[in-house]
Amino acid sequence: MSNITVRKQNGDFQADLHRIQEMVSACMQCGTCSASCPNVAAMDITPRKMWRMVLMGMTEELFKSRSFWLCSACYTCTLRCPRGLPLTEAVYALKRLAAGNGDSTQRRHGLFYETFVRNIARDGRIQEGRLVADYFLAAKNPVQALQYAPMGMKMLGKGKLRMPSFKKNGTLDGLFVPAPGEKEES
Amino acid sequence: MNYAYYPGCSLQESAAEYDISTRAVLEGLGVGVREIPDWTCCGASAVEAVDRELSLALPARNLALSEKHYGDTPVLVPCSACYLNLLKVQEKVGESRQTAEEVNTLLDPQGLIYSGRNRVVHLLEVFAGPMLGEISAKVVNPLTGLKVAPYYGCQILRPYHTFDDPERPSTMAAVLEAAGAEVWDWDMGNKCCGASLIMTHKKAAEQAVARIWEAAMGADVIATVCPMCQMNLESCRPSRKGGVEGPAVVYLPQLLGLAMGLPREVVQLEKNMVMTDTVRMLSDRPRSHSGPKSDPDGVQTL
Repeated sequence: MSNITVRKQNGDFQADLHRIQEMVSACMQCGTCSASCPNVAAMDITPRKMWRMVLMGMTEELFKSRSFWLCSACYTCTLRCPRGLPLTEAVYALKRLAAGNGDSTQRRHGLFYETFVRNIARDGRIQEGRLVADYFLAAKNPVQALQYAPMGMKMLGKGKLRMPSFKKNGTLDGLFVPAPGEKEES
Repeated sequence: MNYAYYPGCSLQESAAEYDISTRAVLEGLGVGVREIPDWTCCGASAVEAVDRELSLALPARNLALSEKHYGDTPVLVPCSACYLNLLKVQEKVGESRQTAEEVNTLLDPQGLIYSGRNRVVHLLEVFAGPMLGEISAKVVNPLTGLKVAPYYGCQILRPYHTFDDPERPSTMAAVLEAAGAEVWDWDMGNKCCGASLIMTHKKAAEQAVARIWEAAMGADVIATVCPMCQMNLESCRPSRKGGVEGPAVVYLPQLLGLAMGLPREVVQLEKNMVMTDTVRMLSDRPRSHSGPKSDPDGVQTL
């Protein structure tokens, strides 16, 4: 894994929360988002309720929820919101807030996305096989990894996964911040 | 007609057949594509969950590179997630001078400037728009009798209302009809496949895909235009029940290639995780040079 620190937004929790509250401040609790969400059945809090909790500043309760991590960015709520609120963007902002300020469960929810960013920083382009291997290593969860073994074998059989390449495609200088005390990899 | 081409990461690896069949079909249609040199990942749907600025800077870098090499030539994108990310930065930079400055400040160390003068277009947009007539003209092996369910997915339709109706999309149906196929009438074509939940919350993604499969049973093919949709549909394929073989999941340009008479090796049919004989046999049909008419297999079509 490369010596890249994930760029922090500005690290000010209250300001970040306030920004999300502003995005959804016109919410009238109609529930179109909940009714449109393809993953609502797997959520512990519906999107409509989640926005109310955001507006009430109930971050402690929100950070016990996994609802916003179940957003698959399909943008149906954003398309249909009668108030025209940027709901999918607000979910992304909640993910960032929770990964940066929540407990270890919240950080674990964000691990795949963080691994994704580190792989871009290291390789320029994502190599799917390497990304998945790195994610399972970082997650330290062999049982989870095993669930993907049949799919992985099938993809290997079809030549859908390449041998990892250590060639860096494209220079991303300046877009990533080297970790403290580390030199940026070349 | 010429485009700058942004293949994106998946098309280099798990979706190689999408890249190869896209290039082959575009060549057959007389469309020139030039790959953006030195392109990097667009950020997919992952980076915005970690870093908002980076989620704009990554696609902007690729568009800025394209501007540098190819000026205002439109940028053609086959992957729906890449398309949305590139489109998003195009829209955001276009509507806010402040965002334009922020993005260009991030690109400054790279010596790149993104002005937004090169339009981002999706492959389906090109097929259904400027190329539709040419597709009809180039069909030598019409997909007569083949029931194809058009699967649009999410990110070419939402949140930006660009080339199709997000609630009732129809562009792919038009392309399939031009290729002589029978369009499977369903309402799951714009429903989500679960995307990256397949890695993070597998059960939720499997439920999303199961609903799509259920509605597609009876069709011969589900046609896709996104490597993520393709991967999720193929990897969550329902097990065969009572010997019933469900539809094959095939990239739209693979189907178009077969209709245009390209050999199945060229459209890489065997790269798909599951391929059916119904689709394989399409390339063995006798060819005609007129539009869709008699069905060589004698299958009654409606």
